[in-house]
Formats: sequence, structure tokens, C-alpha cells
Amino acid sequence: MIADSWEAVIGMEVHVQLSTASKMFCSCSTDYLGAPPNSHVCPVCLGMPGVLPVANRTAVEKVLKTALALNCSIPDKSKFDRKNYFYPDLPKGYQISQYDLPLSRNGWLDVEHGRVRITRAHLEEDTGSLKHAGDALHAAQESLVDLNRSGMPLMEIVSEPDIHSAEEARDYAMALRQLLRYVGASEADMEKGQLRVEPNISVRRRGDEKLGVKTELKNLNSFRALYRGVEYEIRRQVEALEKGNEIVQETRGWSEAEQRTFSQRSKEYAQDYRYFPEPDLPPIVIDPGWLDRLRGELPELPAPRRQRLVREHGLSEQDARELTAERTTADYFEAVVAAGAEAKPAANWVIQESPRTAPEHLAALIRMVSAGTINRDQARDVMAAGGDPEQIVRERGLAQISDESELGAIVDRVLADNPRAVADYRAGKQQAIQALVGKVIGASDRRANAQVARRLLEERLNP
Amino acid sequence: MRRRETTPSELLERQLADIEARDGEVHAYLRLTPKSARAQAAAADQRYARGEPLGPLDGIPMAVKDVLCVDGVETTAGSQILAGYHPPYDATAIARLRAAGAVFVGMTNCDEFAMGSSTENSGYFPTHNPWGLDRVPGGSSGGSAAAVAAGMAVLALGTDTGGSIRQPAALCGVVGMKPTYGRVSRYGLIAFASSLDQIGPFTRSVTDAAQVMQVMAGRDPRDATSAAEPVDMLSELEAGVEGLRIGVAREYSEVEGLEPGVRARVDEAVLKLEGAGAELVEVALPHTDYGLAAYYIVAPAEASSNLARFDGIKYGASDPNAQTLVETYLRTRRQGFGPEVRRRIMLGTYALSSGYYDAYYLKAQKVRTLVARDFAEAFRDCDAIVSATSPTVAFELGAKTGDPLAMYLCDVLTLGGNLAGLPGISLPCGEAGGLPVGLQVLAPQWREDVALRVARAYEMASGVTARVAPA
Repeated sequence: MIADSWEAVIGMEVHVQLSTASKMFCSCSTDYLGAPPNSHVCPVCLGMPGVLPVANRTAVEKVLKTALALNCSIPDKSKFDRKNYFYPDLPKGYQISQYDLPLSRNGWLDVEHGRVRITRAHLEEDTGSLKHAGDALHAAQESLVDLNRSGMPLMEIVSEPDIHSAEEARDYAMALRQLLRYVGASEADMEKGQLRVEPNISVRRRGDEKLGVKTELKNLNSFRALYRGVEYEIRRQVEALEKGNEIVQETRGWSEAEQRTFSQRSKEYAQDYRYFPEPDLPPIVIDPGWLDRLRGELPELPAPRRQRLVREHGLSEQDARELTAERTTADYFEAVVAAGAEAKPAANWVIQESPRTAPEHLAALIRMVSAGTINRDQARDVMAAGGDPEQIVRERGLAQISDESELGAIVDRVLADNPRAVADYRAGKQQAIQALVGKVIGASDRRANAQVARRLLEERLNP
Repeated sequence: MRRRETTPSELLERQLADIEARDGEVHAYLRLTPKSARAQAAAADQRYARGEPLGPLDGIPMAVKDVLCVDGVETTAGSQILAGYHPPYDATAIARLRAAGAVFVGMTNCDEFAMGSSTENSGYFPTHNPWGLDRVPGGSSGGSAAAVAAGMAVLALGTDTGGSIRQPAALCGVVGMKPTYGRVSRYGLIAFASSLDQIGPFTRSVTDAAQVMQVMAGRDPRDATSAAEPVDMLSELEAGVEGLRIGVAREYSEVEGLEPGVRARVDEAVLKLEGAGAELVEVALPHTDYGLAAYYIVAPAEASSNLARFDGIKYGASDPNAQTLVETYLRTRRQGFGPEVRRRIMLGTYALSSGYYDAYYLKAQKVRTLVARDFAEAFRDCDAIVSATSPTVAFELGAKTGDPLAMYLCDVLTLGGNLAGLPGISLPCGEAGGLPVGLQVLAPQWREDVALRVARAYEMASGVTARVAPA
């Protein structure tokens, strides 16, 4: 799709809504999704005259933890600044953000295609949101302001332009999401607006030193939209340049309905935000002890954990990747192994069955399957029933029939009842035995040990 | 009231009668709240009747500068842009005084958004000095100063960003205190310049000022810049100045434009303190001249941002004829803000602009550090610094309205205390040409107790106390 003679250069700006109980600078609840407009507000997040912000310590800690996980350097002192601009969703006329002393700088995140350098991760407050009555902003008769989101804690993570394709952009965003969920910084649900990814995209002739004119892409509400939006935008820029047109520096939106990007706002004239230190908030002093404590609270991160699962449990790279996709899944898997299950079948169970049963119960099930006490189908039923598997197996009399004389009687009956299948097998249709095994299992009320049944069938059919 | 000779309600009614009699000429109040005041006074009556008053401020009528939010009471910062705005909450200082039983009589006039030194920049009307009705009361807290001076309030609250409590206190012949930055919570104070603003009291005696400070001061979890320093305004109040070193700075005693009458009264006051046992020390404040320039960069810069929220969308005035969003902003702000406020917004916006930030705002912050260092060094040699509060006595209405720079010079002796975050008090030290002269006492950070003690010692030694201006 993109001619080999072009190279895309992409840097990512990611806004992350931090998962805290209260907002960034006031005690309003953050649980506003689905609530009526302007119901989660107070004088502070409404920007009433006279109010003052008080920084949410948990939010600061979540940024610091993310920064540590992103290998950033963290200064001894950080501060908030005011970013001044007028917009109806910004009740104070300025956003409290961070300018020249962010909470962190200069980190990196390793993703599949390589290392993406992190420029900075800083903390700010979210704006409110506008609801336009009508289909389009310019045709709207009224615009209504909802300030439930105003003052939500927001982390901005800026990357260096180390990304070169839609696939890499998506991988980076997914890896970042995984990391954010691991450190407990955010739920990072794109559809809920908790993770807002804004790629800055430009293209240049391969081998050129100079960067092309970039556009910033917004309204990407899913990883799929991110992938398609970036792909579209790269193609649009290449086609324009090949036709001899110029790229305009601007913000472009992604239209999900039309599957294309469209011009939102020209950035030709850079706005002067008149940043200056926020006088209402004292600087944040980050002492080494605090940082040590936060470092101690960090969980094992996805990449090292994946490697460890391969090393310690002999899992395949693919299984380890799936198990570590979410911290809770990996925790669960390791709990099952710790409760006495073998790693490989435990991995299969966790990946394929998404079990919700207690880890020790799953471990018991896996042990019973390995020991031949029950078969896999039964194990699934037992798991669905919930509770102590050994007790359920006992109560339901589910224990698998492995006893050769007991099973032999069933095998003989099945052979007698299915002369057609027996004839097929003897005529050389090897797969007919599978049907017979199934019949044995059925006849045993699903309790037959399939392996023993197959052996007994084979013995009788091939005397 | 403790002796049951009068009751809070009787006191309030006398106060309301005095306001009725005098405020037609003085214009100290923007609006009165007699209904809620009567309810508060009635509650205080009950407490005294039970013999369980809340403390020394219980049932005392108090006026509030129109920049402090009082729950449900129209609060406008002296500006048309906030006309009709009723805050949904009490400022912390108000809440603490309310809890101590103070009775809020009304909101007092001030320069719009506390920007001015004469109360002539009010978006409503000018206030007149009770000592000479053709004179200004000073500003920006001129309404509060005039109310206390005219006996229309026992106590009043003001705010001081560059001298806006101390200068009107001096011009109206009352006591006014600006606490250490961070001493009194700014929560609920409609901000002018956040790094300089402080709330403080106007009273007719130093002891009353100390009582109000004791109630208002202290850490507030709603103000991240408020300090957890211990609060003790009272225990050393009567300790006198024996053994204290009182600093006099040439940069202040020889400041340009200092009227001879003012200088004479202040010199006499310094001698009185010496006579009372203080040791006089000469100190230097070499960056005084630069302080004024720095102040008029920092304060407007912060104001330009603080006043951005008045956009005609959420509260207060809004131009109903505006057709677009930008027009709403422009028309509302052009009509709602007065000329001085617009001037400072423009100054501050310019000072923060990209390309000018380093030359103005950053440079001003460096000067501010130097001014603070001047004071820190001076306070190695003395316990308090004494000077005139204002270079002049109250000037005539209109005398400086055409010349903003002349008006800005009114604050030359007070704004250093704001730049350095120091506590300061102004108290009457006599008259010049029939008009009050104020004595300023500055102390190191968190040493309000020292400023109050020196001021109280002067009161005792001189016998000069604030009195109600004759009608």
C-alpha cells in the first residue's frame, strides 16, 4: 500500500485517565460514566471564583509508577504549570498541567518491533466535554457543557518518533495499555476514553534526513481505529506528495463511519499558552525514600514476566505471551501452578477455558485429569459446577472408569451393538475406531477413560 | 455582652442604625445582609443567655470585603462582571469566623478585583474616607477600612496583595493586618494574584486584630499553600518591646514622595518605641526600588490567568447579544471589566507571552527573590522593621485616577512585604493635617506575634488608639 520509497515517521501522544477514587484537584468522585451531566462536580472542578486546587497524591504516585515502569528518569522536584487558553469545556480558562519540570523524562518501552523512546510522562487535569445539539458542530443550535469529566486526573505520555507503520503504532499502544494495567495506573479502556491515542504522523522519502510536515490524528476510539487511521493517513500523505501537493500541519479526526481522516483544526499558527508556574500548588518534592517505596510496589512487568514463565515453566513463547497479556491472568496461572498443577496443562486450561474457579480447585482438577481419575469433559463440567472438585466428583460419582474389567464389559457391549463400525474398521477405515470410543464414552455415562477404552477396543479388534 | 449589659442583637441593631445614618455619605457597603445577620445575632443571644458564648468574637458584627465568598450572599469582587453571582460556599476564613459566632453585616466596597489603592476602581461607586469625605479611603479594601473607621463595623475583613489592607487602614486611621503568606487560607478568596494575596482583619485595636487572626489562621486542607505552623497570636501580645531590636530602613524612611507630616509622625512613633525599651537598628533594603516594578509584572501576570474564568459562560454577567462564542468572550469581558482590570490583564498577558516571558516574568521572579533576601538579611539584625505604611495621607478623590503610575506608587512601602510573604500590620500613629497617619510594622515570616506585640507596645506607650471618625 505504501510505496517502498516512502517512510512514515510517527510519534505518539497518549492521554491516560488515571484510576483514582477522586478527581485530580478536588474530592469529587471519578465514577461519572453514565451519570447525568454535571452531577459529579463541585466548586473546584467547576472553576468557581475563589476555589483552589489540592493535588491528588494517588494520581502523582500512579504517574511515578508508570514512569518507573517506562524506565524514565525522575527529578527531585517537579511542579505544576498553568496552560492558558479559552474554551467552554475549560472552566478556569487555564488547564493545570506540567511544562518544564514534568514528573518524568527520557524513558523507553520495548515493543515487538523494537524500542520506542519515551520523551516524558506528566500529570494534568482533564477538561469537561461539550455536547452539540445537531449533527455537526457548525450547524449546532446549542452546545451544552458537561463538567463531570472536568478535573479528572490525566497522564500524558509523549514518545519520540520511533514508530514507522500502523502496525507498530497499534503494537505500541497495546503494549502501553498492558503496562498501565499492570502498574494499576488506569483501566485504559479506549472506548471509555480512558486511553486516548494521538499519533503525530509525517512521511518522507526513504533516506531523507528532514522530517515531513506532520498531522495529528484524533478521535481514535479503538486499536482498530488507530490502525486504520494511521494507515489511511500515511497513504493520504504519500498520495498527496506524489501528486505534488503539500501537507498542511493540522489536527485531523478519524471518521469511523467513513473510514477516513478529515481536517479538524489548522495548527499553522501555534497558540501561545503562556505557561507559568501554578502559584496555588507548591512544588512536588520527590525524595528517594518515596520513590523506593513506589518501586517496591511495582509488580513484575509484562516482558520480564513472560521471559520468566518460559524459563521457569518451560512454556512456549506464545503461551507465555497470552498468559501475561493481563496481570490478573498471569497471577491466576501462577497461583494454579503454586497449588500443585503441572505448568503445561495449567497453561492450556487458563488460555483455552478462561477459568473463574479458585486456583486450588483448578489445580485439583488438572491433577485428577492427569491421574486419569476424570476426563477433560468431566473436568469442564465439574469446573462449571463450581466448588471443591474432589467433593463434586465424589458426590456425582464421576470418577472415570479406568478399570479394565469394568470398562471391558462396556466395550464388549458396544462392539456387539455396532457391527457396522466394526466391519468398517476391519475393512481398513482406521477412523471408525474413534466413533467406537465415543460410543463407549456415551455408554459409560461419559465416565470412561478414553485412552483405556481405545486400547481395549484395539485389543479386541486386532486379536 | 458577657456581663449581660447588651446583647448581640442590640449591638447589631445599633450597628445597622449607624450604617443607616452614615453610609449614605461614606458608601462603604455594597450590600447589607440584615436578615441573615439578625438570625446570626439571635443565635448568639441564646448562647450568651445560656452563658455559653463561643468566644470573644461571638455576636460581634463584621463586614466582609466583596472578594470573599459568603455562601448564598452576592459576592462580586467589586466588578460588574460578577453582578448577581451568589457563591455556593463559604470561604474558609468566613467559615471559621462563622463558627466563632461572628455576625456578617454585609459586603464592603473595593477596587475591582482588588486592583487599586483608592477604591475608586470599584465597578459600582467610590467609597469616601470618613475622616474627610472628599478623600479616598485607600484601597483596595477601602470599604472595609472606612466601615471600621466610621463605626459601621466592629471588625472587617480585607485582602492584601500589595498593601490593600495596610494602606487603607493607614488612610482611615484603623488597625489592619496582613498575615504571612500561607497563614490564612485563601480558599474562597476571589484571586487577584495568587502568590501574593492574603486575607486579614481591620479593627480599632491591636488586641482585636490578634483575636481575629487567632480564629482565622492555620492550615486548611483546601489550600495547598496554607501552612501548618502553630498559631499563637495572643500570649506575647502584652510583652512590650523591652529588648526587641526595631529596624529602620533608609530606603523606606527616605522614600520618594514621603510627606513631611507623615514622616514626622512616624519618627515620633519610632522614638516612642525606643522610649518603651526597644533598641533601634538601621537596616538596608537595597532592592526596594526594583520591588515595585517586579510587583507590577508578577501581580498582573497571575491576574491575567486568574481572571480568565470570567468568560460569560458559567456565572455572572454575559452579553446576551453576542452571536458567537468568541464574541461572547470579547463583549462580556469588555463590558464587565473596568479599565484598570483590563489594563492589568493586558500587561500580564504580555508579560507571560512567548518571547517576553524571560525578560519580564522570569526576571521579576528573580527580583522577588532578591527582595526576600533583603528582608531575610535585615531580620538577622532586628526583630521587626518599622516605617510609614503609606507615603501620604488620604488624597482627594480623583487626584490620581488619571495617572496609574502615581497610584501604583501608593504601595511602595507595603508591597515588599507581599513579595517576601511577610506579616505586617498598620496602626494609627497620629494625624497630619487632620488626617490619619499609619505606622507599619513588618516581621519575619510566621512572626505575626512579633508584629502584633510591637504594635500593641506602641499603642500602650503612645496612648494613640484608633477611634471612630466623627460624623
